[in-house]
Amino acid sequence: MSSPKQDEAVLLDGVSFQYGNQTVLEDVSLQINKGSFLGLVGPNGSGKSTLVKLLLGLLQPQTGEIRLFGQRISKFHQWGKIGFVSQKANSFNSGFPATVFEVVSMGLYGKVGLLRFLTKTHKQAIREAIDQVGMTDFMHKNIGELSGGQQQRVFIARALVSEPELLILDEPTVGVDVTSVRQFYDLLDRLNKEKEITLVLVTHDIGAMTDHVTDVACLNKTLHFHGNTADFEANQDLSSFYGHDVHLLTHNHSHGGH
Amino acid sequence: MLDAFFRYEFLQNAFYTGLLIGLLAPMLGVFLVVRRLALIADALSHITLSGIAASLLLSKHVVFFQGLNPLYIGLVFSVGGSLLIEQLRNAYKYYKEIAIPIILSGGIGLGVVFISLADGFNNDLFNYLFGSVIAVSRSDLWTISIITVLVVTVIFLFYKELFFLSFDEEQALVSGINRKLINFIFIIMVALVIAASMRVVGILLVSSLMTLPVAAAMRLAKGFKQMFLYSILFGEIAVIAGLIFAFHLDLAPGGMIVMIAVLILLVVILFEKTFWKISRVFSKSQKTR
Repeated sequence: MSSPKQDEAVLLDGVSFQYGNQTVLEDVSLQINKGSFLGLVGPNGSGKSTLVKLLLGLLQPQTGEIRLFGQRISKFHQWGKIGFVSQKANSFNSGFPATVFEVVSMGLYGKVGLLRFLTKTHKQAIREAIDQVGMTDFMHKNIGELSGGQQQRVFIARALVSEPELLILDEPTVGVDVTSVRQFYDLLDRLNKEKEITLVLVTHDIGAMTDHVTDVACLNKTLHFHGNTADFEANQDLSSFYGHDVHLLTHNHSHGGH
Repeated sequence: MLDAFFRYEFLQNAFYTGLLIGLLAPMLGVFLVVRRLALIADALSHITLSGIAASLLLSKHVVFFQGLNPLYIGLVFSVGGSLLIEQLRNAYKYYKEIAIPIILSGGIGLGVVFISLADGFNNDLFNYLFGSVIAVSRSDLWTISIITVLVVTVIFLFYKELFFLSFDEEQALVSGINRKLINFIFIIMVALVIAASMRVVGILLVSSLMTLPVAAAMRLAKGFKQMFLYSILFGEIAVIAGLIFAFHLDLAPGGMIVMIAVLILLVVILFEKTFWKISRVFSKSQKTR
């Protein structure tokens, strides 16, 4: 911890957030180091998605401070350094007539900037990102013709194409079949180890996650735990609470309650 | 037709104007349709009508307006209406679409008041409602040419931002795209195109030229760029064929253009269905072999 500024990708210091008078996050302090692979878990309504929106600058906390790569978020402008893959279901209309190539190219638009156009180098980067997620054969297909798992890989390619240093994934495996989920985690492992991208994975799916992540953070309005994966698994109460609770909640969710 | 075309200036005006709006209307229509905002075109065309009516009313009483092309006041109302829609959409965060009926009924209401004050309908107003082959002037053609250059340039320059915002607004925001600025520019372009289109298609039918070609293109296109090409192609076919029929049968061109656009849509849907059936039968017969 001699030079924390250099190691930290994300720092939250005493962050609280309310929607109206309902407190969603309370006094959350969390440091995410460069090169780590953090699994952020918590039941429905625990404030996970709100935390992600805060990190992306889509919401501002009422109290506390957020730093990205050592810079206060209000002064942070290098959004190209941060990739975001959202929960597929609620963020786009699957009938939209756009090819895989077109969707991935969007990942560069922010970086390219207003009144500028994609160059040959950009197009090469787009093809490489598509290749990295193994979707080259589908480059000119409409996004709506692909399966849920394939669409999710396309969205990862879109996040990768701007060569981010931090990749945030919000419930990316919802609605994706088991085989695809395994391939998906393999891909994340490769990005983390080979490309040294810092990963934050928000998920319900504790079982598959703990085999891959280096650190775990448990959130339920306040931060209940933050440490490495071995400590999380050693703490039986915690892992069974979050694991069990989460299962129950997903069950309730899919059957509309009792 | 060809002979008459070279003989009469009004036919040339109508035809060139038609070609320009056959390009413009579907081009903006693509973004309106994918953003589920197709009805904005209706709201803006109705407020444009009140602008036209205001101009016709003023021309009865104020000398200055007698020489003025009513298109200009129509443009002012259309752009003003588009800004009001943006304001209303921000005011009703969770019921954004309510902005459209408010402007639509407000526009037609104001228009009716102006028309009554001007002592009822005249032939001129009828032309604005349903389009006309003979009423397009050289000054209309020039105004619409300038609008075309402006709109095509702006869409070309902001294509990638518009595309991203249409596909996934949240992600576009995350990547630092200025939504307010882009939406503002876009809706002004829509207002300009609507005012430009009404001479040929007519106010009541402008929105159909923005949506019908796009609806047909959507069923065939692979990717967003292709959707543009098909939409413009269908838009131009509808305008050209519509104008020719309207001239020969002495009908309002707006109605003919829309009928052709509907026909294209039907053909595309039928073509797509039979194509799909044939390919299924074909793949079945291959499997049984």
